[in-house]
Amino acid sequence: MLDFLIGKLKGALFEVQHAVLLLIGTIRHLRDVPRRGRDILEQMEMLGADSFGITALTGLFAGMAMSMQFGVEMAVFGAQGYLGKMVTVSIVREMGPVLTALMVAGRVCAGIASELGSMQIGRQVDALRVMGVDPISKLVMPRVVAVFIMLPVLTLMADAIAVLGGAGVAMVVAKLSAATYWAGVDQGLTVQNLLGGLIKPFVFAIIIGVTGCSVGLLTEGGTRGLGRATTQAVVKASILVLVFNFLVGYLVLKALGWA
Amino acid sequence: MIRFEDVRFSYPDGTEVLHGVTLEIPQGQSVALLGASGSGKTTLLHVLLGLNRPQHGRVLVDGVDIVPLAERDLIPIRRRMGVVFQDGALFDSLTVGENVSFMMRELMQLPEEEIEARTRRQLEFVELEHTLDLLPDELSGGMRRRVAVARALAGFDLEIMLYDEPTSGLDPITADTVCELIRKVAQRKHLTSIMVTHRLRDAFKVADHIVVFQDGNILYQGDRDGLFANEDPYIKRFLA
Repeated sequence: MLDFLIGKLKGALFEVQHAVLLLIGTIRHLRDVPRRGRDILEQMEMLGADSFGITALTGLFAGMAMSMQFGVEMAVFGAQGYLGKMVTVSIVREMGPVLTALMVAGRVCAGIASELGSMQIGRQVDALRVMGVDPISKLVMPRVVAVFIMLPVLTLMADAIAVLGGAGVAMVVAKLSAATYWAGVDQGLTVQNLLGGLIKPFVFAIIIGVTGCSVGLLTEGGTRGLGRATTQAVVKASILVLVFNFLVGYLVLKALGWA
Repeated sequence: MIRFEDVRFSYPDGTEVLHGVTLEIPQGQSVALLGASGSGKTTLLHVLLGLNRPQHGRVLVDGVDIVPLAERDLIPIRRRMGVVFQDGALFDSLTVGENVSFMMRELMQLPEEEIEARTRRQLEFVELEHTLDLLPDELSGGMRRRVAVARALAGFDLEIMLYDEPTSGLDPITADTVCELIRKVAQRKHLTSIMVTHRLRDAFKVADHIVVFQDGNILYQGDRDGLFANEDPYIKRFLA
């Protein structure tokens, strides 16, 4: 039993070490960005632009649901006038970044892990190494940079769509006037809230990109191993997103003097 | 000249797969590493490429021990070696032409016309010039191995060609075509060839020198006649 636990702990530490080394390698290979421009653009399209639909839908329904729930509860206290502000603050600071990251983790992290995993199993990664091409420069860095650029953009877009969705529900269901709702939105869109919400996607992007690449490059065991790696990548990235959402949220509140 | 001196290699779980292998391969020789699955022949090939690092022993390539070298220092040595992995290991998101020209685009400062000309020349050499715009998925198993040979040849000036089970999963006729290509590459380009295989017929077609592995040890090395004359029961079973 003890041996089993020690084995598991060693495995976990090795995975953390691998991911950290990949991150350091990615930072060192940022000098290759101009040479890898085409690879990065391709990844931005595949990982970012193609995620537009799911993040837009997520934002829309999250905003609508929040507006509906807050609207009902706030009506009890006659505080519907604050609905726009409540929806905006919740979306911009918490729900927008987290939900977007979770959706992108599900789609992108799985895609990266399965693509790099099949390259690893098919010895394509070894072929790169033997040719003298660094897999971190060719495969990892472009993907991490692409997610790093695209996730904040997707988050901003999801935030905007969520606030719009919230407006629709506020006006139709809570019978709030557009002017009241948008005045609340205006109050909620402070620099502090925007900053707090916009730091998170950059952190989440690193988590998603590095986790997908790390799990993919450690894939072994044929097609069964590939399936396992894909699932693991999504689970690990999602858990890390939630953990770092709390940590970053706390640090931001602390920095702003609110906690 | 390639020389393995008392090479021992274990995987992280402690399983030792090479138990002190010593082997010398002179420049220009064609060698077949023959043996059953798990006998250590592919591991030895990966040791030579620096993909596996032995825990003991030396691997000398023209007198330079590659075992202690860092990944970066291995690059000039690896660039003298071409590799054809099992099933080709072609980049499946790139076309055949892009695969063959990959190293030239990545690592060499060559004008586009020269890259295109070299790519066509290598594909003509493996008689697959008509596949330039196809994706690896659209090729048969034998064609993928031939494109992998073209990709290896399209890089830097090679001295050594390594083949990891280049005929596995192929029908006998296609396997013969691949073996003939391997022979042609060795003769025309004057390269040292090392082929890992478990197929006796392919080893005889390609190699002047046969090395038989059993459980991480070299059981026999010599020519074909010596192999047939050998009385070892394992070799007799292998030849049967």
